[in-house]
Amino acid sequence: MTAAPPAPRPPISRPPRPHPPWSRPSWPRPPAWLGAPLRRLVSAAAVLWAAATTAYAALLLAPGDTVDLLVGDGADTPEIRAQIVAEWGLDRPEAVRYLSYLGRLLHGDLGRSYQLQQDVGEVLAGQVGPTARLTLAAAAVGVALAFALAVATAGRSAWPRRIVSAAELVAVSVPQFVIGIVLLFVFSFSLGWFPVSGAADPQALVLPALALGLPVAGVLGQVLREGLERALEQPFVVTARSRGLGERAVVARHALRHALLPAVTLTGWFTGVLLGGAVITEALFGRPGLGRVAMQAVSAKDMPVVMAVVILSAAVYVTISVLLDLAYRIIDPRLRSA
Amino acid sequence: MTEVAINRAGSASGPATAPVPATGVAPLVAVENLRVSFPASGVEAVRGVSLSIAPGECVALVGESGSGKSVTARALIGLAGPGARVRASAFRVGGGDALTFGPREWRRLRGRFAGLVLQDALVSLDPLRTVGAEITEVLAEHDVVPRPARPERVRALLEAVGVRDPEVRARQHPHQLSGGLRQRALIASAIAAEPELLIADEPTTALDVTVQAQILRLLADRKAAGTALLMISHDLAVVAAVADRVLVMRDGVVVEDGPAREVLTAPRHDYTRALLAAVPSASPRRSASPVPSASPVPSASPVPRRPGRSQKADPHGADPRGAVLAATGLSVAYGSRTAVDDVSFRLHAGETLGVVGESGSGKTTLARLALGLLAPDAGEVTLRGGPWSGLPERRRRPLRPAVQVIAQNPLDSFDPRHTVGRLVADPLSALPRPRRRERAIELLGRVGLPPELLGRRPRELSGGQRQRVAIARALASRPEVLICDEPVSALDVSIQAQVLDLLAEIQAEDGTALLFISHDLGVVRHLSDRVLVMKDGRVVEEGDAHEVFLRPRHPYTRELLAAVPRLPE
Repeated sequence: MTAAPPAPRPPISRPPRPHPPWSRPSWPRPPAWLGAPLRRLVSAAAVLWAAATTAYAALLLAPGDTVDLLVGDGADTPEIRAQIVAEWGLDRPEAVRYLSYLGRLLHGDLGRSYQLQQDVGEVLAGQVGPTARLTLAAAAVGVALAFALAVATAGRSAWPRRIVSAAELVAVSVPQFVIGIVLLFVFSFSLGWFPVSGAADPQALVLPALALGLPVAGVLGQVLREGLERALEQPFVVTARSRGLGERAVVARHALRHALLPAVTLTGWFTGVLLGGAVITEALFGRPGLGRVAMQAVSAKDMPVVMAVVILSAAVYVTISVLLDLAYRIIDPRLRSA
Repeated sequence: MTEVAINRAGSASGPATAPVPATGVAPLVAVENLRVSFPASGVEAVRGVSLSIAPGECVALVGESGSGKSVTARALIGLAGPGARVRASAFRVGGGDALTFGPREWRRLRGRFAGLVLQDALVSLDPLRTVGAEITEVLAEHDVVPRPARPERVRALLEAVGVRDPEVRARQHPHQLSGGLRQRALIASAIAAEPELLIADEPTTALDVTVQAQILRLLADRKAAGTALLMISHDLAVVAAVADRVLVMRDGVVVEDGPAREVLTAPRHDYTRALLAAVPSASPRRSASPVPSASPVPSASPVPRRPGRSQKADPHGADPRGAVLAATGLSVAYGSRTAVDDVSFRLHAGETLGVVGESGSGKTTLARLALGLLAPDAGEVTLRGGPWSGLPERRRRPLRPAVQVIAQNPLDSFDPRHTVGRLVADPLSALPRPRRRERAIELLGRVGLPPELLGRRPRELSGGQRQRVAIARALASRPEVLICDEPVSALDVSIQAQVLDLLAEIQAEDGTALLFISHDLGVVRHLSDRVLVMKDGRVVEEGDAHEVFLRPRHPYTRELLAAVPRLPE
């Protein structure tokens, strides 16, 4: 998570032009019903491969002996060194080494942490739960807040809109750890409403989720409001109003869906924010989780764990962006092939 | 209930639904001294309009952009716009006093009492929802029929507006339908709750001429079925066929109001006369602007027809055969769709070749081929007898000043951040800086614009001024060929006429060849020496403009000409 994976850009955000006269397709396209999803999967696989290879290259290119790197600050005995050489195939040609590394990844084998004396897969599996809980809660907080504020203030020039958009700007500009510290100071130290650290009870989730979710709410809220306001100026909204629809129905049935498109594009971005932010937030609130594991692995130079975290983040990112692509198609019928 | 409604929607209506005579019945809408202002921007869009619509009557509001016609119509259903201030000395809508209406009363009237049809159904229907969902929305909002009966009612409504395969269409989205079909669907949604009044705001402006004729027939059918119509249009000829009464608006005021025939044949107000005279189809091949154009160059003399044009001395040395730009056997396909199919033409110096056709006929693709922006799959374009389309871009670039383009919407083709001075001087990079400014002022003068505009940005100009700037920019490189792709389609008729005159003037002075592309037959007829009629990428008819318009040989040309709305003689 510390090393950001190469971010696959969410590709489509504007309606397609079926026959753009200026950019004629130069190769025959695969059948329409198969084309887009298949191409998407191929590119997703390519991104994952690139992430895995980058991690591997980092290991090879780092100064020093590969075995030293893999051992890190852990116990350094001849037995362990021999085990590393065997597992990583360091006595074999480089191409074979690389291919067997990819092969192991394909089988879900992330290698072994020689410091923790544990399979990396096991190390991560124990930590995925708390991180998933935190990021999902933060995403829920961010999305819910953004929707509520955008719908409540879109198209109104009155003071609530100004206050809300100022608050959003603050939430976006202040670093997450500062938000976290302020939340801790007010709600834990002064008011004592929430525990300072740990992940034992659900209450302990509130402050970290807020600290992580507020910046997301800030950006998403601005984008949603902008999208709503733009949609509310469109002729189809006049048509909807001319049918006798009230303001709430106009927003809910018409404008909101249009505002969703740019917001969905942002989902890819905030997945990155959440994954990256989890590292700091988990450390700040003393929560277990992948972020903390990654931090510890980096500071202890536990290379196998770091590599696994990079690959895992890339996998999450790629999965989300493939899902986003599907979401676009569901929201905007113009993106489905005619 | 359903049966009755469908009969009502059909054109063959019984005596019970015959139009109600306009006299002696309480009007649907009666407003006196309507004023609509937008305090935020300080604009007073409507300044004292009085208007009444009787049941079954068709009233047309005609005027150019900014005349306040749309705001007037929308104010009648309480949709004048956000921040609008609406006042009137008397305002009765649907039997109630609209001056006392709150949002709830307005909402009850909208859809139920009055339906609204806007210009382009691609954006006036929600592009993310199916056509059926849009129609169902009206049925649900006013609880016209119980939920289980709604799909059947949607089908019946689509059928009533002449949509074939209504079940299939109801499940489709606007972008999957043709322009005519989606406009029909929009009308179906507007009449779903059987309103007594249908407000149609430029209902055919985005449509091809043959489709326009169909939609106008459909609206006339609605009127015959007893629905009152308020038609808003910039085009007098469009309303001529349907309207009982015409109100001509200008600057927020009604300047003329009377029975349609009277207003259209014996106008009393100068502005109405000017509007009528400016309709290009009414005046083949002569100066179109009724008032002298703003150009300093005298435009009083209409451009004479010169049979021996190609003999005219050409400063750039046209090729011996006389054609500046010639195309032979051009074909282009986008994927499996053939956009241009075996098209040939020759364009001589000082000549105007008009290209007419409906949307999708390949006109714009032809323009791109002529400009050398698109390589043909087959065939060739030659410039002054030398290669043009076949050249590699690097060798074509030095020749590009000779072929310039004027696009439909300069707002899209200008960088909005550049000033007029920079836009016009853009092709003049060869000149030293101080000369550039001089030349830019000179060019603005040629197109009838004052030098003060040099510092303005495109957004601060009117539509006509923008198009003049576009022409000035095209002239900057002293082109031999001007390719005009729908150059006046976005302009009001009176402005349109001035721009057309300007093009004719420039041609008369410089001997420029014009490739003039338009969907508007009147405009093409006004300017062209010869015409190509295109359909589905092919040229179906070609010849002398006068001949083609007077004695069309191809059935499609005849169909196109027949579909053009006409003013009563």
